[in-house]
Amino acid sequence: MSGTFIGMPKFQTAAKEALGNSQQRRNLQHATGTIRGKRARVVEELDNWEELRQAGAAIKDNVLTHLDTYLVQLEESLTRAGATVHWAADAEEANRIVTSLVRATGAEEVVKVKSMATQEIGLNEALEEAGIHAWETDLAELIVQLGHDKPSHILVPAIHRNRAEIREIFLREMGQVGTPPPGGLTSDPRELAEAARVHLREKFLRAKVAISGANFAIAETGTLVVVESEGNGRMCLTLPETLISVVGIEKVLPRLEDLEVFMQLLPRSSTGERMNPYTSTWTGITPGDGPQDVHVVLLDNGRTDALADRVGRQALRCIRCSACLNVCPVYQRVGGHSYGSVYPGPIGAILNPQLRGTASDVDQSLPYASSLCGACGDVCPVNIEIPELLVHLRTRVVDEHRGGIPSGEQIAMKGAAWMFADHRRWEKAQKGAELSGRALGKKDTIGRLPGPLSAWSDARDAPTPPTESFRSWWKREKGDQP
Amino acid sequence: MTSSPLTPQAPLPGRGMRVALFATCFNDTMWPETPKAVVTVLERLGVTVEFPLEQTCCGQMFTNTGYAREALPLVERFADVFDVYDAVVAPSGSCVGSVRHQHATVARGCGQPALADRATTTAGKVYEFSELLVDVLGVTDVGATFPHRVTYHPTCHSLRMLRVADKPLRLLREVRGIDLVDLPEAEECCGFGGTFAMKNADTSVAMGSDKAQHVRETHAEVLVAGDNSCLAHIGGLLTRQRSGIRVMHLAEVLASTERDFAVDNELGNQPGSATGPAHRKTTDQEVTA
Ligand code: SF4
Repeated sequence: MSGTFIGMPKFQTAAKEALGNSQQRRNLQHATGTIRGKRARVVEELDNWEELRQAGAAIKDNVLTHLDTYLVQLEESLTRAGATVHWAADAEEANRIVTSLVRATGAEEVVKVKSMATQEIGLNEALEEAGIHAWETDLAELIVQLGHDKPSHILVPAIHRNRAEIREIFLREMGQVGTPPPGGLTSDPRELAEAARVHLREKFLRAKVAISGANFAIAETGTLVVVESEGNGRMCLTLPETLISVVGIEKVLPRLEDLEVFMQLLPRSSTGERMNPYTSTWTGITPGDGPQDVHVVLLDNGRTDALADRVGRQALRCIRCSACLNVCPVYQRVGGHSYGSVYPGPIGAILNPQLRGTASDVDQSLPYASSLCGACGDVCPVNIEIPELLVHLRTRVVDEHRGGIPSGEQIAMKGAAWMFADHRRWEKAQKGAELSGRALGKKDTIGRLPGPLSAWSDARDAPTPPTESFRSWWKREKGDQP
Repeated sequence: MTSSPLTPQAPLPGRGMRVALFATCFNDTMWPETPKAVVTVLERLGVTVEFPLEQTCCGQMFTNTGYAREALPLVERFADVFDVYDAVVAPSGSCVGSVRHQHATVARGCGQPALADRATTTAGKVYEFSELLVDVLGVTDVGATFPHRVTYHPTCHSLRMLRVADKPLRLLREVRGIDLVDLPEAEECCGFGGTFAMKNADTSVAMGSDKAQHVRETHAEVLVAGDNSCLAHIGGLLTRQRSGIRVMHLAEVLASTERDFAVDNELGNQPGSATGPAHRKTTDQEVTA
């Protein structure tokens, strides 16, 4: 197959496997369907939603255009507020910085508030290698960690699991790493949440070091912002002595008042709530209150590469709300793991190939992991034109394959383009279709097609070509003139 | 309002208007009944339809698969062929979407700003079939009769690229004898997606099967949409499942009149049956065979 089509093998194989997991498909359809409905209702309540989206996009675009200036301003503000700023060009450098910061405290474990940036760089694994245990404290993230699993959704990393599976994971794993669940644990959500709460409490109270990400970083004031639902993040941000935050460089907002726009866009788009339960902001160090040793690691890891692409850079507006995942019919069926990244779904399909480049099989296949139905672009709170970016990245993948031995797809595309470039050639080709239409007779459909076309006819009948094209009919009925 | 009952006395809304038909390469070759139906409806409304023979393909398949360079000559050809007309109509939401939203982008991406400007001008005159009827001609009643249970799938490009909204439904509601039923989860993609149907065949079929299931739940005899490529995908699944449900383009439903059903009855065709379709296709084939 990979010799036939460009840009498909990795996602396609993973998707095929995932499609066979009917339990996961049901879990996903149910969960995304629920959030989708909630989101639609609370967005409907606002009569200025379009203006808010435009405002969000405009603020982010301004940041991206002047990123160098805002980052320098952010560093100054943070330093002034008592935080130490570190710059990390890639995952390896970021992991090295965080590991050495934790080592310097002498701690052998850290608590973590859910953070996409640290997942992106594989921080937990890096810490583990250095002999430091990292405990995830977000409920869904905890389920994933205890299940030795990978997250499959930006907001609800364990969305592919149902209650019964979660109960089993808790019973099997919790006792190995800390407080075990109470005896007689059922799969009632309240009981499961309580078991997690008790398990985590012990870790919060013991931890000397916490690691976080940030949803926003305010350049003017040096304030970091974490938006969350459970309050576990707030425990991480306030209880430990040392706080290390890993923040993507695209998270900057110029002023504190810009938050007003995003605090309307983000909760509605992600959980379908008017406002999320916990929003924490902190600005460096406050003497005698909260962590007294505060570090911020500003992470590039491919972001400046994405920035260099004038069309593609709008993907950096993303506020990781996950609305595009919840409406994506492809994501809903294949699940997050098929995308081979912590960023799955439509945003993953456009972000990963930009952050990592398009050299690998998986990054070449991601721009094709969409039917271009456009549902993602319609819900995106910062107006990222996801379908257009998918097409843009497909062009990049195809162009990188030019030169060398052409694939079957390239030959077919070039041949078809040559044929369409002149209507006389096209008419000749149509005559062939008319002939096969006559040969096949009056049957409405064809059961099986040969060669690569069998990808179509394995599950779908194909229509029989008619015995006369429209063009031939027109000439016969209306003469050769237009 | 936009409705004009087509009585013999009423003035024809499209009288004297010249419109070029862009049949689209797929319809021209695989579904000629659809552009024929467009001609039938428009001529019934008094429009003079022209079919420039130099037309070929809008290039959507190339653009959407990443072959912008291959699409470029087709963008230029489209502008060459069609920019002399005041209005152009195509019976395909996705091809009109491609012309309107991709032609200029392809030209600009290939370093041809002058062509991009030309493409923008031409695209401004191109309408999807239901848009031409409702927005340009101002009609929703086109004098059609179609006494069948019908459900409508609003294809993604019509819905989200062109924003045709409920125009096709407004046209269908005026059809005599029609029993129009809602399609559950109507706005979800059917999974066709051009080359997606081949490159990610398993996912495409999973999406299409859910769509087919929803169509079956409506107990409709006919599934209608404004794009034959989506219909071929859903229809291909429906016939493989031997569901007995036919698929038809919106234009073919709107072209149907009482006369067609008189002919059908003479031939003894059962409406909505898998072998004797309720529309012109079979009767035309009988005539030309
Ligand atoms: S791309 Fe848009 S919809 Fe998707 S996660 Fe990012 S901000 Fe949300």
